[in-house]
Amino acid sequence: MSDSKDSPKNSNIDFGQMPDEKGHFGVYGGVFAAETLMQPINELRDAYEAAKNDPEFQAEFDRDLAHYVGRPSPLYHAERLSEIVGGAQIYLKREDLNHTGAHKINNTIGQALLARKMGKTRIIAETGAGQHGVASATVAARFGMECVVYMGAEDVVRQAPNVYRMKLLGATVIPVESGSKTLKDALNEAMRDWVTNVDDTFYIIGTVAGPHPYPEMVRDFQTIIGREAKRQMQELTGGLPDALVACVGGGSNAIGLFHPFLEDKDVAIYGVEGGGDGIDTPRHAAPLCAGKPGVLHGNRTYLMEDNDGQIIETHCISAGLDYPGVGPEHAWLKDIGRVKYDAITDKEALEAFHTLTRIEGIIPALESSHAVAYGMKLAKTMNKDQTIIVNLSGRGDKDINTIADIEGIQL
Amino acid sequence: MSRIAATFEALKASNKTALVPYIMCGDPDFGTTVKLMHAMVESGVNMIELGVPFSDPMADGPVIQAAAERVLVNHVSLSDVIDVVAKFRETDNKTPVILMGYLNPIEVMGYAKFAEKASAAGVDGALTVDIPPEEGAEYTELLKAKGIDPIYLLAPTSDDSRIASIAEVAGGFVYYVSLKGVTGAATLDVDSVIEKLAQIRKQITLPIGVGFGISDAETAAKLSKISDAIIVGSAIVKRMHEHGDNPEKLIASVTELTASMRQAMDQ
Repeated sequence: MSDSKDSPKNSNIDFGQMPDEKGHFGVYGGVFAAETLMQPINELRDAYEAAKNDPEFQAEFDRDLAHYVGRPSPLYHAERLSEIVGGAQIYLKREDLNHTGAHKINNTIGQALLARKMGKTRIIAETGAGQHGVASATVAARFGMECVVYMGAEDVVRQAPNVYRMKLLGATVIPVESGSKTLKDALNEAMRDWVTNVDDTFYIIGTVAGPHPYPEMVRDFQTIIGREAKRQMQELTGGLPDALVACVGGGSNAIGLFHPFLEDKDVAIYGVEGGGDGIDTPRHAAPLCAGKPGVLHGNRTYLMEDNDGQIIETHCISAGLDYPGVGPEHAWLKDIGRVKYDAITDKEALEAFHTLTRIEGIIPALESSHAVAYGMKLAKTMNKDQTIIVNLSGRGDKDINTIADIEGIQL
Repeated sequence: MSRIAATFEALKASNKTALVPYIMCGDPDFGTTVKLMHAMVESGVNMIELGVPFSDPMADGPVIQAAAERVLVNHVSLSDVIDVVAKFRETDNKTPVILMGYLNPIEVMGYAKFAEKASAAGVDGALTVDIPPEEGAEYTELLKAKGIDPIYLLAPTSDDSRIASIAEVAGGFVYYVSLKGVTGAATLDVDSVIEKLAQIRKQITLPIGVGFGISDAETAAKLSKISDAIIVGSAIVKRMHEHGDNPEKLIASVTELTASMRQAMDQ
């Protein structure tokens, strides 16, 4: 991994105090948006600031997480998998067992509550794999709000079951035909909608990217993952894990798991990007491993870009990791050396998908399969009395068509 | 005095409003862009906004997005755009040229190098859509040091405190986005523009241009009575798209529109 630019121990950093009031994580983050968006962004910032310190809002959020999402999600000791790998004990944080089948709902519940508090009646969202779109359509249905989901035209084809799911939930799904017709273009289109309909519309961003306050707000809603995991690990083993592993597209499930452990210096933390055909090829989705800093979608972060500063197309078997940017907090955690970022190829992820399915009877999402693959590799290098938490961010039912396609199986 | 300031001063003396077209650089090729710039000046245009393509133009509507996609197929870069300005300057040292685009290509080139190169080529202003004053202190200073005006947007949603922060840093003129939406949107309410411009003028002494959603001579004429510059983008870029395979027709079609706007504005 790259050497840290600051002191490797990060001994004086108060991770809880990040970002600063302008949304900066070191040189990353911030608000890089057109003037047409500044007022709604500032309105959201002020509303979130108030909600953050409002015990009633937080209590309602906690209630919904318990009774609607079904939290806490289990921390499951994958004994057979650990035994077969032959190294550290692997624990799976079962976000796949949440309502709607992924961690995404933690965030959409939080943002929908905030939307309602702000008096907004219309929800918009972008989606790649469709999980965030489904989670947004779900909360919109529950709160009786109109919901419009922007989705790259290519992803609409790749993720047909989720498109139908969103429609069943009453959402309008708009295929985006511009650019590369994937997640980044869906995000552009959602921003355009927001600018046009600022008065009644709340934009639920699905990951820890975008202009401030999104990276902070989405992180805060997702840290329930790490707070639960920490408590559960202490209950199960009496201590902290030796390592954490999570996949990183935009990075919301990862930051949700990592954040409550950042100050625990003995916990090694690993973020796993979509390596596609390999990060030494042009076909991957690993900006932290092989990209450069730049500005996109409202924040400064690592990007996949060409020498002219144009954003380039990414390639990854999992639509949810197929994004050319990454949350700014991850960019900062990489630079200071607190988290190690690495990549897993499509092939490795597919193997891990099958392994977990056959050994533990758990079908992981292709996104999460990247984390499982890395967790298994890592476990091999560790002792049997050590522990790893792998974030199983979503279930794989949505991916079975993709996998059957790749393996030449007719369903 | 800068070309932008001199242009506004001369227009004011003759009681006229600036007509500012936006074109995407390199659409369909650099030779046509330079010819089109000169032809538009002849048709009565006072300044030119030259579009720098970006792969993810979040503030633009479908027409300008499509233009960016067209030229990016040919890998038109920020350096190319600056070279086009230098070419234009060989025979026009009077008409201001403003580069309009997004921050990332400039980040990659480096702020200082961009300011240096653009200034040497004869660029007069830079409208960088996604860098608000909060993030732009260093960038704005580097531009100003090289005699390039940082052009800022104001929107219907900009309140007094935002207007004040932009008043502090803006140069050249301020670009008022006349509706809530993206470039090329359809509906524009002239009365609400009048009201907002009055609010803006309380704090901003620079000339104020109006753009987003001006597509015909009639609207241009109406808004020219209350503003210092009329900015027309999508309506022009649409014509460029229609005649992309025939540069002569393209130039004729665009200058027909700019000439008709000029005429309507001067009546």
